[in-house]
Amino acid sequence: MQINTPFFKQRAHDALADENLQKALAKLKTGFPEKRAIAVDRMPEFEQLRDEGRDLKNHILEHLDLYLEQFESKVIENGGHVHWARTTDDANQIILDICKQVDAKTVTKGKSMVTEEIGLNDFLEQNGVQPIETDLGEYILQLRHDHPSHIIAPAIHLNLEDVSEAFHANHNRPKSSDPAVLMQEAREVLREKFVAADVGITGANFCVAETGSTIIVTNEGNGDLTQTLPKTHIVVTSIEKVVPTLEDMTLFLRLLARSATGQEFSVYNTLSTGPRREGDQDGPENFHVVLVDNGRSEMIGTEFQDMLRCIRCSACMNHCPVYGAVGGHSYGWVYPGPMGSVLTPQMIGIEKGGMLPNASTFCGKCESVCPVKIPLPKLMRHWREDEFEKHLQPKAARYGLASWAFLAKRPALYKPYTRMASWLMKTWAGKNGRLKKLPLASGWTDWRDMPAPQGKTFMQTWKEQQKAKAGEQR
Amino acid sequence: MSSNKRSQTSRADIFANIRRGLKHDISESQRQQAVANRLSDKADNLIPARSQLPATEQVELFKVMAIEAAAELIELESIEQVPQACADWLADNQLNELNSASNAELSALDWSPLAQQQITRSERVAQAGDIASLTSSFAGIAETGTLMLHSSAQSPTTLNFLPDNHLVVLHRSAIVGCYEEAWKKLRQTFAAALPRTVNMITGPSRSADIEQTLQMGAHGPKKLIILLIKD
Repeated sequence: MQINTPFFKQRAHDALADENLQKALAKLKTGFPEKRAIAVDRMPEFEQLRDEGRDLKNHILEHLDLYLEQFESKVIENGGHVHWARTTDDANQIILDICKQVDAKTVTKGKSMVTEEIGLNDFLEQNGVQPIETDLGEYILQLRHDHPSHIIAPAIHLNLEDVSEAFHANHNRPKSSDPAVLMQEAREVLREKFVAADVGITGANFCVAETGSTIIVTNEGNGDLTQTLPKTHIVVTSIEKVVPTLEDMTLFLRLLARSATGQEFSVYNTLSTGPRREGDQDGPENFHVVLVDNGRSEMIGTEFQDMLRCIRCSACMNHCPVYGAVGGHSYGWVYPGPMGSVLTPQMIGIEKGGMLPNASTFCGKCESVCPVKIPLPKLMRHWREDEFEKHLQPKAARYGLASWAFLAKRPALYKPYTRMASWLMKTWAGKNGRLKKLPLASGWTDWRDMPAPQGKTFMQTWKEQQKAKAGEQR
Repeated sequence: MSSNKRSQTSRADIFANIRRGLKHDISESQRQQAVANRLSDKADNLIPARSQLPATEQVELFKVMAIEAAAELIELESIEQVPQACADWLADNQLNELNSASNAELSALDWSPLAQQQITRSERVAQAGDIASLTSSFAGIAETGTLMLHSSAQSPTTLNFLPDNHLVVLHRSAIVGCYEEAWKKLRQTFAAALPRTVNMITGPSRSADIEQTLQMGAHGPKKLIILLIKD
């Protein structure tokens, strides 16, 4: 996928002016967080589950090599194949080779962010294999040559009319604006594709070392048809998804649906263990697992190791004021929101991804809803430090910081300066206490007024209060 | 470079990276022991109080949660009533086909009530266009009203996903409180290796991908009907 992350500022600017997008985001901001809050309220042990989830993930990461070895040997024991891909290029070549071995023409796909990460669809298409997305949201995006703007609700940036037009242009049927009719249409069109496909590719939410199983968590059932009907099933997933036992997987399943959609449990939680057994009348004859690294193994032992706990629930972006204002496409690559702001610089480089960890208010909401308690603001701060040390920030930011630091380190200058500035701003703002324009701050004032200071600086107020207290005590 | 070679080189690089990054504050043998213990203990993590109720209350919880997940629930006195219940439900919905799993319990039933309603019955793998299927469940999980089914020669997985309507037999005695109990039951039944697929199903298929509006019946069954047998 093309990297547009360096253009975050412009894309965010455009997103704020996009009325349709703003309508969709307004819905998102109430929808997911409210549902999650209700689900969490119904589970009094949720906080404890989060602690256990964090601790278990930490245990797994500290023994990652051993659990991966166990998982690999179990998959092989069950008659499956395991492939390792350090880079996106390795992953794409390996998957293409499996497709070629079975002479695949079409490939159905369940929803998978790892395949977005490696750019699998474009690669397969360039090599004569037609991928067909079957998750409803992903299918709509594929028809529109678009990309997901959210990791679990990929078409969240589109409205009904967009879907209606995309279907009308591709399905050769009368145009409809009824969501139920549109879904039935997709159901019928994709039924044929499911049956005709030579290979089915899905992701995996977890890989179970104990049994060599992979699991997908879905609501539509497309993932199940994708992996059951074709002769070959390829699971494309990443190395940090391994968990020790079925019981351990269960801990994360309890956290996942509630954090993601606010459901008690997703409709389909499907465990796959190897290929079709003797006597089975359906199911794939070949079972492959492609374990993608793409920079993850390099995070072990660094300050970013905590990020490998992520179970891709999307709670952080659902609750993020920045994501809620500018949407997922502004982030310019596969993973948006707070988790994307930490992962993207790791995967595409801080030189290109540096904008993202800066696009945060550090309100801390993401960390407070994360089911595995990833300290996302702290990790974004690490990236900012890294960026500063490598001298990658724009000149304006560096000079701005340098001048502020110059003043802040000299109280004799800082105090009168801030006193004067706050008095000026107060006078300027007039009666209603709001500034409509401010030099060098159009980025703020173009979109909202700047509340003016009340007239006194923090230091002045502090001193006055201390004096008053001393007076009372006397 | 061949895919095999790529995979081997990648594997070596990935493991080297991981091992380089890991803290070396405990010995290798201690790490191996910790992993071996965890894999063999299969210990429970926290199980919510909700799913540790007495058996009768678990059945009630299962019913409430399954209905909340938009499943239909039909309670029957015995397994012998299943053919009539299927015939009635299909007739009420003006449907005339039922494709059934071929396990011993279902095959042994007297299916004449279907014929009386001009409903044809088959036992085969599912196909696109199938109207209704009937399968049996391995367990019911009260915590979230979830059914656990597994693949076998007698119960192809496609029966659970391709037809528009999915009818599922569940015995009250198969209802457990939490997922963990179901896993233990599964391990006992399949000591050598798990079935190829284990399906946990909670209500019918759905999607909210069009304008964040929930619609039932995306790619899987539009209706899920649980036939709960008192036994």
